[in-house]
Amino acid sequence: MAYHLNFAVIWQNMPELWWGLALDLYLAFISLGIGCIIGLVAAFASVSKSGALRRIALGYVTLVRNLPILVIVLLVYFALPDVSRLFRLDKITSFVISLSLYAGAYLTEVFRGGLLAVPKGVVEAGMAIGLRPLQIKRHLIFPIMLRNALPSLGNNFISLFKDTSIASVIAVPELTYYATKINTETFRVVEAWSTAAVLYIATCYLIALVLRLVERRYARI
Amino acid sequence: MNLAHVLLEIWLARFDILFGLGLTILVSFTAIVAGTILGISVGVALTYGAWPVRFIARVYVDILRGTPVLVLILASFYIPSVAHINLNALEAGIIALTLFCGSHVGEVIRGALQSIPKGQMEAAKSIGLTFRKTFVYVLMPQAIRQAIPTWTNAAVEIAKATTLLSIIGVPELILTTQQIIGRTFLSLPFYLMIAILYFLIDFAIERAGRYIDMRVSAAQGTVP
Repeated sequence: MAYHLNFAVIWQNMPELWWGLALDLYLAFISLGIGCIIGLVAAFASVSKSGALRRIALGYVTLVRNLPILVIVLLVYFALPDVSRLFRLDKITSFVISLSLYAGAYLTEVFRGGLLAVPKGVVEAGMAIGLRPLQIKRHLIFPIMLRNALPSLGNNFISLFKDTSIASVIAVPELTYYATKINTETFRVVEAWSTAAVLYIATCYLIALVLRLVERRYARI
Repeated sequence: MNLAHVLLEIWLARFDILFGLGLTILVSFTAIVAGTILGISVGVALTYGAWPVRFIARVYVDILRGTPVLVLILASFYIPSVAHINLNALEAGIIALTLFCGSHVGEVIRGALQSIPKGQMEAAKSIGLTFRKTFVYVLMPQAIRQAIPTWTNAAVEIAKATTLLSIIGVPELILTTQQIIGRTFLSLPFYLMIAILYFLIDFAIERAGRYIDMRVSAAQGTVP
């Protein structure tokens, strides 16, 4: 018995798939934002003069980078509520926290690389014209670091976007969740997974395209 | 929930945990080794292939790198049955992870091969080496050294991605532990335990990668 492709089910469920994709983008975007804050703080901590701060930042990076995202998601969603009722969160909040923690570790590395690539002469020039340390950080180091970090920031956004598929494990209604649903309810196996894959790939391409344009603009300034 | 109780439950479940851990390590190892072999051929095809070969390799790499691993795993679990190929969850998972690893390592190798200065190839040609000899004696040794740090990251990613096989029902570390939690209701201690175990596995891979990098650099007389 041959398998005949039939995309009718996919067309019927297309609105849900689009919503799932939108939720994926939303989750990735929020997590990137929170992750950037964590990453910036941890990156400045990792190059600070205080040994304790440096160790905490590097410990966080090493710990989280070597944990699978699924383990973090399961820990935050299933195990933390056992510690205190305060951690009894809804699925989306719980997933955003997990993904932000995960993103924070990778972004720390990104920003740290950006910080280390800031030329020494810039800081010395700032001191020479009498800027205070905080002003040097704010007006000189920060913008240069950001420009250094921009390409890897974009790549991280793409991988975060792909990691949002793991939210389906705790039943967040995103794209992979709906694809699984179509798969189990209608057995249109090939259609469901090829559509999901095409949507993911196309979105990744679009993000990469936008990022390249942004980078080109930034490089001109 | 006290410590003695938790330790007792862990002790009672020791064989299940060890089995899950063993399967996780086995799957990671298989996928990394097979994926690396595949990735090296893909990387060579991407860099030196004739255009049809290069095009096919590029499509393969872009499709696999643009899709989330979870979708790849689910697809390779469900789709082959349509073509009457019966794979069990473990086989489907290993295939998905190998293909995924191959695409990432392929890009890593391509990057490393392209970063070798052109003069190396020209020098090899001028002393009359064939392409095969050039590749084995001139290009590959340099590419490998370039690639080791990024390759290590890819290997850690694969080891981390094996957790997703629990979703299609491979009884690796996560699924086994979830079954134990279903029996004992000790979710916090057992999830913490697997977090520690995964950390150890991934940290070990990272350290091993760094060690190999150091040894290779030392053997080639350069410090990274």
